[in-house]
Amino acid sequence: MSLDRRTTLKWMFAAAASVPSLQSIGFAAEPFARDVAAGQAGYGTDPALTKEWKAGGPWPLTLGVAARLTTAALCDLIIPADDVSPSASAVGVVEFIDEWISAPYPQQRADRELILTGLQWIESEAQSRFGKAFAALDQAQKEAIANDICSPAKAAPHFATSAKFFSKFRDLTAGGFYTTPVGMKDIGYTGNTPLAKFDGPPLAALKKAGLA
Amino acid sequence: MSFISASEADKNNYDVVVVGSGAAGGQTAYTLTMDGARVLMLEAGRHYDPATETPMMQINADAPLRGSGTPEKPFGFWDATIDGGWQVPGEPYTSASDDPARQFVWWRARMLGGRTNHWGRISLRNGPYDFKPYSRDGLGFDWPMDYEDLAPYYDKVEMLIGVYGSNEGLENTPNSSPGVLLPPPKPRVSDLLIQQRSKKLNIPVIAGHRAVLTQKLDHKRLPKLLHPGNEKAQKILAADMENRAACFFATPCGRGCSIRANYQSTTVHLPPAMETGNLDIVTDAMVRAVTKRADGSAEGVIYIDRKTGAEHRVKARIVVLAASALESVRILLNSGVANGSGKVGKYIMDTVGANFSGQVPLLENMPLHNEDGVDGLHLYTPWWLYKQQLAGKLGFARGYHFEFGGGRGLPSMGTASGLEWLNGGTYGKKFKEDARRYYGSFVGFAGRGEMIPNDDCYAELDPTVKDKFGIPVLRFHWKWSEHELGQAAHMQKTAAEIIDAMGGRYSSKPQSGDKAIKQGGVIIHEVGGAIMGTDPAKSVTNSYGQSWEMKNLFITDGATLCSNADKNPTLTIMALAWRSAEHMLGLMKRKEL
Repeated sequence: MSLDRRTTLKWMFAAAASVPSLQSIGFAAEPFARDVAAGQAGYGTDPALTKEWKAGGPWPLTLGVAARLTTAALCDLIIPADDVSPSASAVGVVEFIDEWISAPYPQQRADRELILTGLQWIESEAQSRFGKAFAALDQAQKEAIANDICSPAKAAPHFATSAKFFSKFRDLTAGGFYTTPVGMKDIGYTGNTPLAKFDGPPLAALKKAGLA
Repeated sequence: MSFISASEADKNNYDVVVVGSGAAGGQTAYTLTMDGARVLMLEAGRHYDPATETPMMQINADAPLRGSGTPEKPFGFWDATIDGGWQVPGEPYTSASDDPARQFVWWRARMLGGRTNHWGRISLRNGPYDFKPYSRDGLGFDWPMDYEDLAPYYDKVEMLIGVYGSNEGLENTPNSSPGVLLPPPKPRVSDLLIQQRSKKLNIPVIAGHRAVLTQKLDHKRLPKLLHPGNEKAQKILAADMENRAACFFATPCGRGCSIRANYQSTTVHLPPAMETGNLDIVTDAMVRAVTKRADGSAEGVIYIDRKTGAEHRVKARIVVLAASALESVRILLNSGVANGSGKVGKYIMDTVGANFSGQVPLLENMPLHNEDGVDGLHLYTPWWLYKQQLAGKLGFARGYHFEFGGGRGLPSMGTASGLEWLNGGTYGKKFKEDARRYYGSFVGFAGRGEMIPNDDCYAELDPTVKDKFGIPVLRFHWKWSEHELGQAAHMQKTAAEIIDAMGGRYSSKPQSGDKAIKQGGVIIHEVGGAIMGTDPAKSVTNSYGQSWEMKNLFITDGATLCSNADKNPTLTIMALAWRSAEHMLGLMKRKEL
């Protein structure tokens, strides 16, 4: 990121404290998220499948700098680095979520509403509870907010919408992470490699399932 | 002969014009050209080359939206469907009802090879009962042939395209002839657990049958069996079989296969047919109608060059419609031919579909191993309740089979999503542990059953709507009967019982039939609309797909099926097409056409 992180955060505090609307948490010149252009095309019905595709290629990304910071902080709260693998933001999940919510398709347009509203809610909650941007909170403070919304079954009624947001955001983070080479390795996927023959399961696996 | 332009095709003389390049068109053209007939194939979509266009080995992180389906690519970014899906741009279809339960959806592709490029490759034979359903239970129609009539062609198709499986001798689940099938892949852990627990419920589980080369085809033995006495055909096929690689047990089949290890028309039927020198192909050729000679026979077809909009006409001794069941129906209706019975468009069927899945603690945290295999259907459950059904104990007619899967597949957006019903909703290091624990512990069952033809399921021309070429489009009518709804409920209930027997759990209970059943068309096994029969007043063709009224007009796709057994129809369509093409060759040799 080219902008100095501390400057960014300081600006965010000021902006977020005033009017917490979708467009307001960010830089004066840059909205929280740019609109998806009216009539924005998708990749079409015959995209070239063997060329290289990157987030931002088929349609422009739209998250502003502040929204990206919130997204990164929340991604990494859900999938932090551990002994096995790095955090979600370290393998491009922020860019993936930006690609997802910037896409012109009906499902993604619907998710965009939920995600942008939810990110905004996270920021206003961070401000009202702790007087800081979400990304600037310590782990316990982040968890205090997340614990209220991470379980759809247990969330208080007034957190229901935010819990719905969290579930969707968690699914996007997990999908974004576990489809990467790092995520696939973490989760135990060892395929997608050419084999001369397919041997089936090893004895240890059969034994574990009570089949040998 | 080769890929040619529309204007070049106009100048040539052909024995046969084949409309469509998928399973039916591919098989028809293959059989005809290998025996010397000169064939022009017209494909409505663009040219497609699996060797250079197939995304082999790409992971989902390489695709936009991690490969998720969108309206432009409904089965995901990597799916081998071009300019198609549930909608084709500029080529609509309509529904007579606003009620979703009475609407039919239609999957199409606009590419050489059609839907064979992406299909599931599941290749099950109809059994003896499936040819005489009316005689067994008084519903629907008997076929104008028996299993024994089609059995040799099932053998031929299986030898040509390469199908793995096993011969178990189960009721109405035919064996292939010795030496025909390739060995099935080894079962996965989840397959074996399903098999073990199904056995306790008296539900059989056997090797699946799919058109995937688990080993290379025997290029020395098979061509002689397929083309006895035809040395040229044997030589061409032997060389082509040698060039097809065996499966290397990686990368999903739905993307197509650049090494030609599974069947798609573009990698199996068309290359040897082209090699004969007897096949010309025009792509981007959208057929509007069959034209008629003064004597009432078929003259040829009118088609529109998709690129220029220009209209072209070709003539041939024989016209074959193999455009997919409903596209062939549409061409017939727009031609106003072959419909003295009034049955064109009637008795459209799909497959009954209901899914059910669960999570099995016994499959959690499996020792790491590669479970890709051949992608789908290592094992499956053929229909097993024939006796109970005949005794009237089930409350619905006709059977279904289970296609099932489990294990650690190529991670996608579904991986580690929606785990709340299992873990309450976690995040952080706990979530990462949960993701590892649950990944690969799910099993999914897809019930796929027989729909009985009925008077409420049919297609007609929409009175006002036309496509971008100005061709009237189809309007669909649809209604399930109690048989299909009863079957769908039984599928979910039985799948739940199997999951129970595995010590598993599911997030929601089995549903009633009307909720469980997939919308008409969703299984993409649509057949019927120009059914075969023995009576010209009640059917559109004879058992060879030959029109009762236009003796030189044949339909070789699924439109002629007068029942739709639970067995996925593509293998049957190819066997029928081979038989039909042989009949055409005989008629031409005897100068009867």
